[in-house]
Amino acid sequence: MIFMAIVQDIEVPDSAARSARAADELQDAVGEKMVLNMGPSHPATHGVLRIVLELDGEIITKADPDVGYLHRGDEKIAENMTYTQFIPYTDRLDYLAPLANNVAYALAVEKLLGIEKDLPPRCQYIRVMCAELARISAHLLGLGAFAMDLGAVTVFLLSFTEREKIYDLAEAISGARFTTSYTRIGGVARDLPPGWLEQCRKFCDEFIPALNEFETLLTRNRIWVDRVRDLAVISKSDAIDYGLSGPNLRGSGVEYDLRRNQPYLCYKDLEFDIPTGAVGDCYDRYLVRMEEMRQSVRILEQCIRKIPGGADNQSNEPVNVADGKITLPPKQKVLSSMEELIHQFMLVTEGVNCPPGEIYFGHENPKGELGFYICSKGGGTPYRMKIRSPSFVNLSIIPKIFQGAMISDTVAILGSLDFVMGECDR
Amino acid sequence: MTAIESAKKIKARFGDLISEPAEFRGETTLQLADAEKIAEVCACAKNDLGFDYLVDISSVDNYGDDPRWTVVYHLRGLRHGGELRIKTGVSEEKSELPSVIDVWKTANWHEREIFDMMGIRFSGHPDLRRILMWEGYPYFPLRKDFPLAGKPTELPGVAFTKTAPLEGGPFVTVAGGGDATGREPRVRPPKE
Repeated sequence: MIFMAIVQDIEVPDSAARSARAADELQDAVGEKMVLNMGPSHPATHGVLRIVLELDGEIITKADPDVGYLHRGDEKIAENMTYTQFIPYTDRLDYLAPLANNVAYALAVEKLLGIEKDLPPRCQYIRVMCAELARISAHLLGLGAFAMDLGAVTVFLLSFTEREKIYDLAEAISGARFTTSYTRIGGVARDLPPGWLEQCRKFCDEFIPALNEFETLLTRNRIWVDRVRDLAVISKSDAIDYGLSGPNLRGSGVEYDLRRNQPYLCYKDLEFDIPTGAVGDCYDRYLVRMEEMRQSVRILEQCIRKIPGGADNQSNEPVNVADGKITLPPKQKVLSSMEELIHQFMLVTEGVNCPPGEIYFGHENPKGELGFYICSKGGGTPYRMKIRSPSFVNLSIIPKIFQGAMISDTVAILGSLDFVMGECDR
Repeated sequence: MTAIESAKKIKARFGDLISEPAEFRGETTLQLADAEKIAEVCACAKNDLGFDYLVDISSVDNYGDDPRWTVVYHLRGLRHGGELRIKTGVSEEKSELPSVIDVWKTANWHEREIFDMMGIRFSGHPDLRRILMWEGYPYFPLRKDFPLAGKPTELPGVAFTKTAPLEGGPFVTVAGGGDATGREPRVRPPKE
């Protein structure tokens, strides 16, 4: 009896085997598809990005990025506070380049006020230096993390040695290493401290040899080149169609840089080149970032040389717009003069009174174009503020470029896209 | 070709549907009267006028006004460097307009975000899911009638029930009100 039962089991396949056979007959002759969840806590996702990968063996057939794990509602928060109060929130967008975010936001509000042309030259130079230092800092981390994900841990440690010096510079001007909140509407929080320019020049002098060292570790390293070359090629037309910006756009050979094409601050007076890639692969994006750091140093050196007032500002060049309705008056005046007291009171309680209207300002941030769309109905708070974050837009190309890549390539592609989730999710 | 010339060409092509170009701080804005035509206008701007780059799509909630939604498109031509903003109003009853995903692929995530935050739907969008909030979240948090503090809910962990740190503070504005004075809580008479 027992023997009979076993024979029967073999003759009549169970439901699981039946459905597997049916699936085989239908399609999927190559192999079974597998769904793999990557993130949100994964060392290569640089934050909290989650990607649902559909795999055929080791080949990715479909990728579905899932963002929003770091959503804090910055746009809603912005509608409920004055323009100045939002500055600290901009630190927390691209938290690898807070100084650049500060500059971008201040410029957007100044465009709404119509005073961006009235900014004192010294203030413009200080802001350019801030933005370029932030660019170097962000690219260094992007590069270090990119290399570490592919096994080159040394680069990460070396790049952090250099970043440490930038943090020291940020601390000297703003008092904070990370959350700088350095700009104000119509100027900056305070002038450069004594000796800062010298410290910055020293950084520039030391940085180029360090950068050369990174290049010897990576640029012609056979292992590195084999891992990143011809990987995740983004064509020129795709880069434009998907709205990529920053090094990801330029890596695909599109020569577009807001500092050049829509010059703001004093970028018109400064000489720099815009590196572009030829192929649009991960290697090109890496090369573009390396060259951008060199160009940033070039800009920094020109700024140090040309900044009005020089290191100690003997000639008392202003760093703020001379308008009591926009920037806070000097404290001594507030304590001794009625008008300045009123200005201070109104600015602190009601904020900068912006005209009704709407503007969009795009700033060339390290990750790409950080834009602010401000819709104002007058008064000290925006009616609506939309943040166009470069990481959000850059990540939207993932389903396209992940298709057909190997699973081990994911970390390389993510590293080359160089995104920050704080900015993507807002 | 400057932005204003492009704006005039679009105006000539679509006639009364398009408002006169408005200039503010060096930016050109066009208002489109019929939201159903937005894909057509965008395709014309891209194919005939060289606006090949969609910078951003935003949305504004004009709470208390009709139409309630404004959807804002920022266009840029990488070759000629011109920028153009196209706005269109969508009524609250309809809350739907055509997707421009066939014109620019980057519109995909922008439109998903607007759907997620404001609840405006885009017809023809292949994958209109929430993007920043999670699937199943019941509200549209960027609407002006959604309070900063969140809403009380039966479901645990779906929306916050605690008071937000800024709630009741001097700068927490209220929905509606034509001007800043009307939205400022301090000028309203205190509650009994």
